[in-house]
Amino acid sequence: MRLIPREIETLWTLFTAPVVWVAHFLVCYIGAAIYCAKPELVGLSFSAVRAGIAAATVIALSLIALSAWLAWRQWGFGTDDPPHDDPTRRDRTLFQGFATLLLSGLSFIAVIFTAMPALFLTECIR
Amino acid sequence: MGQYFSLSAASLLLASGYAGARSVLEPAGAEAQQIAILFWVMLSGGAVIWLGVVGLLLHSALFNRRRLAEKSASSIILWGGVVFPSVTLCALLAYALWLMPGLRPFAQASSAALRIEITGRQFWWEVVYHPSQGPPVASANEIRLPVGERVELTLKSADVIHSFWIPPLGGKMDMIPGRTNRLSLMATKPGIFRGPCTEYCGTSHALMAFSAVAMEPEAFRSWLAAQAIPAEGAGASGGALFLRHGCGSCHFVAGTDARGLIGPDLSHVGSRATVAAGILPNTEDAVARFIARPDLIKPGSRMPAFDMLAPDDIRAIAAWLRGLQ
Repeated sequence: MRLIPREIETLWTLFTAPVVWVAHFLVCYIGAAIYCAKPELVGLSFSAVRAGIAAATVIALSLIALSAWLAWRQWGFGTDDPPHDDPTRRDRTLFQGFATLLLSGLSFIAVIFTAMPALFLTECIR
Repeated sequence: MGQYFSLSAASLLLASGYAGARSVLEPAGAEAQQIAILFWVMLSGGAVIWLGVVGLLLHSALFNRRRLAEKSASSIILWGGVVFPSVTLCALLAYALWLMPGLRPFAQASSAALRIEITGRQFWWEVVYHPSQGPPVASANEIRLPVGERVELTLKSADVIHSFWIPPLGGKMDMIPGRTNRLSLMATKPGIFRGPCTEYCGTSHALMAFSAVAMEPEAFRSWLAAQAIPAEGAGASGGALFLRHGCGSCHFVAGTDARGLIGPDLSHVGSRATVAAGILPNTEDAVARFIARPDLIKPGSRMPAFDMLAPDDIRAIAAWLRGLQ
């Protein structure tokens, strides 16, 4: 089994990082909301919620970093400069790789911003 | 009777003068202090960035008009347009988040020595003090706090969404029907501050305010003790007119048969800085004008007009209310 996926040409890889961002956002916000509304149902301390958010963040950032690395590879590791606007198969691939790389960067920062409150908030009400 | 009807701009100005300081940049409370520091940090940071951007623009437009190589242009975009804003925003977000626990210092419900329950109503504020010892004390349209002690505020609404804000003391918090929101305030300087309703709540939203009075703790405690017992003048003759004309079916006045709970509690209305929820100075004339035509002074108010009463009766009631210290 290969550790790093083979290079494939599909538009779906473009969305990987934003989808990870969405999933991380939902896990953090819904998880914290359920815990704070019904702490007795979950039966954990708020520290456990923060640890859960930390774990989800590490997983999300790793997935986004992987997606960024794949995009970088698709972009030819930066050998060509944008704007990649020739009507060729090569430019299409490079353009998609570059766009995926930028989206991965945005998603990486967004995941950090989503998780940051858990660094400072120590209880549901403050 | 015309004098009762006229809502003069002068009296409104006078009332706002009575209500005291209202700027978030002149903090008189621990929470407002943090908000003011946050504001100045953001403002200075923003100013530095603005100067940098405008300086760079002038530099490239006036002094250095040669074209940059594509490589160095890209690296300016990467560092100045991506890395720098991301790091700066991250730092500002971290700073703001770091402030948040300090703005909500209560760990447990009712851990503060004094809890004040405030209910927003169209267009006034119901206020009930819950000291850790002793019975609750009801009031309206004025909030008093001891300086140097943290007070917990429980914020509710009886009708629509209102929002509670005393700018020099702390941040803003909505009052939402069916919910109880909690806010903590600690005044650090004595003074009288104005608190406006900051969520549009109906026709007289702009005329819904209160005064917040920060007092020395000793003075506060004796004031609260005095509020807990009926005012001295409660038995005087104007009170009979108040009851005879039915005012007591909506208003509560401790020590009399006025037991209404629909309008503001008037037990000690004479001791408040303002009347009609922060919009009129507490003078006999203003009170009389309000009794005669509340709908002119505060459109949409649920209090009916009493201008069918003899002017002397209105004035006697106003004088009696002013005496409820």
